[in-house]
Amino acid sequence: MGRFRRTRRGVELRLDAAEAEMLRQLLTELTELLGPVDGPPAADSAARDPLEAMVGMADPASPPPELPVDPVLARLLPDGYRDDPVAAAELRRYTEPELRREKLAAAKAVLAALPATGGRLTLDTAAAGCWLGALNDLRLALGTRLEVTEDTYAELDRLPEDSPQAAALGIFAWLGWLQETLVAALARG
Amino acid sequence: MRAAPVLRLAPTFATKVTIAPERVREPIQDEDVAPDRPWVTIVWNDPVNLMSYVTYVFQQLFGYSRQKATALMLDVHHKGRAVVSSGTREQMEHDVARLHVAGLWATLAQD
Repeated sequence: MGRFRRTRRGVELRLDAAEAEMLRQLLTELTELLGPVDGPPAADSAARDPLEAMVGMADPASPPPELPVDPVLARLLPDGYRDDPVAAAELRRYTEPELRREKLAAAKAVLAALPATGGRLTLDTAAAGCWLGALNDLRLALGTRLEVTEDTYAELDRLPEDSPQAAALGIFAWLGWLQETLVAALARG
Repeated sequence: MRAAPVLRLAPTFATKVTIAPERVREPIQDEDVAPDRPWVTIVWNDPVNLMSYVTYVFQQLFGYSRQKATALMLDVHHKGRAVVSSGTREQMEHDVARLHVAGLWATLAQD
């Protein structure tokens, strides 16, 4: 099974074809879920107020955005205030487009680097950061969709091995194991 | 590895329909009533983020030592939440935004 390792050249990852294909499929779904980023296209940003362009400001007259209805998106793009929906919406207006862009950029960078038939990758610091963010977002998305709790691994032992739920949780567990090897490799850097 | 099962990250229904009642807005509190109370960034426990990853994020984002980052992570894990930084409201909004990029569940509040 593929894993991340620290080498003299940087962080190295080996994946087999099935692992690469699973990541490709999940990351594609993640990018479809996160995109497209709302707001004015970059092309007309030069014509706009430079400060507005810089902070990615939406039309101040438009209603403030709300916490997404889909629980996966709500987990990936959470509120910044717990008990103050007005302040949460105002903060979201300024931060959500950039948050989506960051997560999309990481997922797309990993998708572009994935070896189609498996193989070995050597990652520099920036690329390793993209992998770390994208793997974590995948686990947040899948974990939320599967309604993972602190007890999930214990429950996994009681599920029939061939059930769809066990298979999906197996993928979730694999992503966690893979991310764990990346954190360990980065911590040794 | 076993053959890949079909996993759907995307919601089943492409069309979003909400039947939620219109949210009743609380009156906006004057945030300047207690200007000497600092703002804090709080990280909440969640069942997905790895303990090692949360520790790593605290080190990277705040420059905390491995020891301090680990202690904060364990507070989040055992107590359900931990204050990870404090300062002005603007600084805390920035910290919360960076923690959201990293996928941690963070909010800010006046202490």
